[in-house]
Amino acid sequence: MSRYASRRLVQALPLLLGISVASFLIINAVPGGPLSAYENAPGVTPLDLQRLEHQLGLDQPLYLRYVTWLTHVVTGDWGYSYATQQPVLAMIGERLPNTLYLMGTVYVVTLLLAIPLGVLTAVRQYTWFDHLFTGLSFAGLSMPTFWLGLLLIIVLGLTLRLFPLGGMATPGADFDPFDRLWHLVLPVATLSLVGIAHYSRYLRASMLETLNQDYIRTARAKGLTYRSAVFRHALRNAALPLVTIAALDLPELFVGALVTEQIFGWPGMGRLFWDSATRSDYPVLMGILAVSSTLIVLANLAADLAYGYMDPRIHYS
Amino acid sequence: MATWTRASTTPEAGLAELGLPGYAGHWRLARDRFLAHRLAVASVAVLLLLVILVLVGPILSPYDPEHTNLNLRYESPSPAHIMGTDSLGRDLLTRIMFGGRVSLTIGVLAMAVAITLGVLMGGLAGFYGGVTDAVLMRFVDMMLSFPRLFLLILFSVFFGGRFLTVVLLLGALSWMGVSRLIRASFLSLRERQFVEAARALGVPGWLIMLRHLLPNAMAPIIVAATLGIATAIIAESTLSFLGLGIQPPTPSWGNMLKDAQTDMVIAPWTAVFPGLAIFVTVVAINFIGDGLRDALDPQHVIRSARR
Repeated sequence: MSRYASRRLVQALPLLLGISVASFLIINAVPGGPLSAYENAPGVTPLDLQRLEHQLGLDQPLYLRYVTWLTHVVTGDWGYSYATQQPVLAMIGERLPNTLYLMGTVYVVTLLLAIPLGVLTAVRQYTWFDHLFTGLSFAGLSMPTFWLGLLLIIVLGLTLRLFPLGGMATPGADFDPFDRLWHLVLPVATLSLVGIAHYSRYLRASMLETLNQDYIRTARAKGLTYRSAVFRHALRNAALPLVTIAALDLPELFVGALVTEQIFGWPGMGRLFWDSATRSDYPVLMGILAVSSTLIVLANLAADLAYGYMDPRIHYS
Repeated sequence: MATWTRASTTPEAGLAELGLPGYAGHWRLARDRFLAHRLAVASVAVLLLLVILVLVGPILSPYDPEHTNLNLRYESPSPAHIMGTDSLGRDLLTRIMFGGRVSLTIGVLAMAVAITLGVLMGGLAGFYGGVTDAVLMRFVDMMLSFPRLFLLILFSVFFGGRFLTVVLLLGALSWMGVSRLIRASFLSLRERQFVEAARALGVPGWLIMLRHLLPNAMAPIIVAATLGIATAIIAESTLSFLGLGIQPPTPSWGNMLKDAQTDMVIAPWTAVFPGLAIFVTVVAINFIGDGLRDALDPQHVIRSARR
């Protein structure tokens, strides 16, 4: 198992390197650069532009710039933002926890609601309960995240005034866990609905298939209660693929987080990316692309390993 | 004896010669299965209605989608303005119908780009295998490791939100799933005897792919294409919502919602109706995709029947 893990880790390295090359090329290939902002500025001479270009290292050949960038990244020097002059790593470090805090809560809420829903709709197949929630999950899958966010703001925020309209905490107030929680409700609701719909639908199908297996009948024949056959035997097997699905969904969650952060004014990485894109802030964009795609690769790896650990039928050689 | 010596072009034609239910029967069965999916059939009706509304509505509407009238700002829904007016006094229904043309066209075209790329990449990888497969699939892995919207935002910022760029960008960033599907089915199809026979006859590789593999891999392509339209519509509206897709004054469902972000305090209908248009369209397309999957993938039907 550990040999397999280390081999998978080594295999992930070329992928990560490929990702870094690709993102570096993408960002350098696109027209418009950090200097375009100064090109038409009054009082900036072509000589100034040249000096600035040299200062930022933009006059070097592309591959040299990549190698320079990569060695710096490995040693922890991620460069400085063109816009704010702050170190990139510090800027990301400041925002990443906020995004992870949001996404982590979303994962917990999603699984806490999706698993019981998936099991219940499967066990009570074709009852009103099943029809209601299967229908709702279809609606949830078709709902654009940002529209859901706007509707929640209109109904629960503006009209009923139950929840704050944005931000992570009441500005200027002391730290208050209750206040934090209050600010979390609408963004988490917006982001988790799609996941709940997706996972519960998946689990329902997977449970229905598992409940028809011979070993469930055997378990019942042995005298196990229906309840424990469902939860101990069926759910364990049916929920396994969810691990992979949850990991594969991570890029989607980043995307949802960007939109949600935008709507709710959440100071996370998605908004930082958005702000940096609008001002061609290359080092920050590079950093965020690197961090998010690395997280995604690692999550997939972790899912693979967890899958093998939880399912003894799978043997890695 | 004559029937046996003549080489049939496809196994289905061979079956037809022997008087067995062949290709035509397969499609007829699929149609019957689709018609049995009531929600999918209803969705086809809804979608058709929407398309007609979007095509004909703007001609019948007395309003101009870009004509502003500051005396009529934020009119709430009334018989004159069924969905109300926006911050510049423009009729919301007319704008939604015009925006629908934009959003639906982008959805279909972006899907077409994505399917073409996906079939090409997945087909080559699955048919040739080996190094081609390894290289192409590592490329797919890489593309899937980037959050898609991040790349969309980057490229949109730099290339601007013109109609064609939006279509090409959406297509170029959403072919990966299709390519995996096609690769998987080509990998198994290429081992089949009819492919071996075609090879023995000296049929060139590209023709084998086109004539023998692609028709047999049609079912997942059709399903993926249908669902792809829905995904593309959502992606376009997300992009336009962030201010990067279709640029005002041209209405699209997404950029109408961008304005609604500030207007919804005074005029909630500006946020409700464009989103409802997206939602209804996407639900309908998803149901149709579901029905098509049941119809075209009998394996799936057998599985759900067993449940």
